[in-house]
Amino acid sequence: VSTQSTGVHLYCVFRTDRSARIRRERMIFNFYIFSRNGTCLYYEEWNIPKEGRTPKAIQEEQKLMFGLLYSLRGFITKTSPKPCETFTYYKTSRYKLHYLETPTGLKFVLNTDKDAPTMTDELKKLHQEYYVEYALKNPLYKLGEPLGACEGFNSRVINFLTSHPEFKRRVVH
Amino acid sequence: INAEYGGHTKFIEASMVVYSLYVISKSGGLIYQQDYDNIPRLGMNERILLGSTFHGLHAITSNLSPVSGSSGIELLETDTFKLHCYQTPTGIKFYLIAEPSHPDLFQTLLSIYKCYTDFVLKNPFYELDQPIRCELFDVELEKLLSSSPPSVK
Repeated sequence: VSTQSTGVHLYCVFRTDRSARIRRERMIFNFYIFSRNGTCLYYEEWNIPKEGRTPKAIQEEQKLMFGLLYSLRGFITKTSPKPCETFTYYKTSRYKLHYLETPTGLKFVLNTDKDAPTMTDELKKLHQEYYVEYALKNPLYKLGEPLGACEGFNSRVINFLTSHPEFKRRVVH
Repeated sequence: INAEYGGHTKFIEASMVVYSLYVISKSGGLIYQQDYDNIPRLGMNERILLGSTFHGLHAITSNLSPVSGSSGIELLETDTFKLHCYQTPTGIKFYLIAEPSHPDLFQTLLSIYKCYTDFVLKNPFYELDQPIRCELFDVELEKLLSSSPPSVK
């Protein structure tokens, strides 16, 4: 498996001559924030191969993601034996999606490798310590607008996620 | 702990309750549904709708994967329940709704699949992708999944 990178991201090379048994590849793939009405307020991705990922494709994917979350919400409400409207995470054979929905309807979504531990605390931190402090309390930021331009928020979030222990580390045995 | 193979006695602890099982055909239709515990009863139409919704969700989660080659949802955890899904190589999905503290249900799902092959597929009167109405299948699953054991915790 080889991973690609751009100048900004970490570069990792798989050396076949080391005959290393790789146990688990920690990865954070991407992070979304959706507003209550479905606008994607924030999106960053890492460790994803770049072929075919035009801005339009990414936008379509964001819409699909919101649609999925919306449908999942309805499904969970109906399926749950006790009243419940939201989920903590779901896992597939290749990735894990961590989810947090705030009381105001904001949706925080984080995709990691499938063996990552729960990231609920990280999502809560992203909401409380970054969104509330650097976006909500920012007098120049208007609610509902994309957060990429909100420099204080943007740089801190990228820093937080890229320096997280779960970000891109091959555990080699 | 919990021996989950049909026919053997099981000791089930209080936290290992399975609420319900849904079986979805390759085309997304609900072919089997059973509740194993006291949960609010849904109408049949609602259950069919849930089954189809899950079929769609499963496909989308596979498409939305940041890496290629992902399956659909295998595990979904919420505060009130846990959903485990197993998709067979032939495209049938078995999914279980259980208590959130339930340990991994993968083995249970495999046992259910085994029951399916033994009591449904080998039933000469059963047509593929049709709703399952095989009494032995019900009986075996009841043994496997029912949470009212005659014995201890």
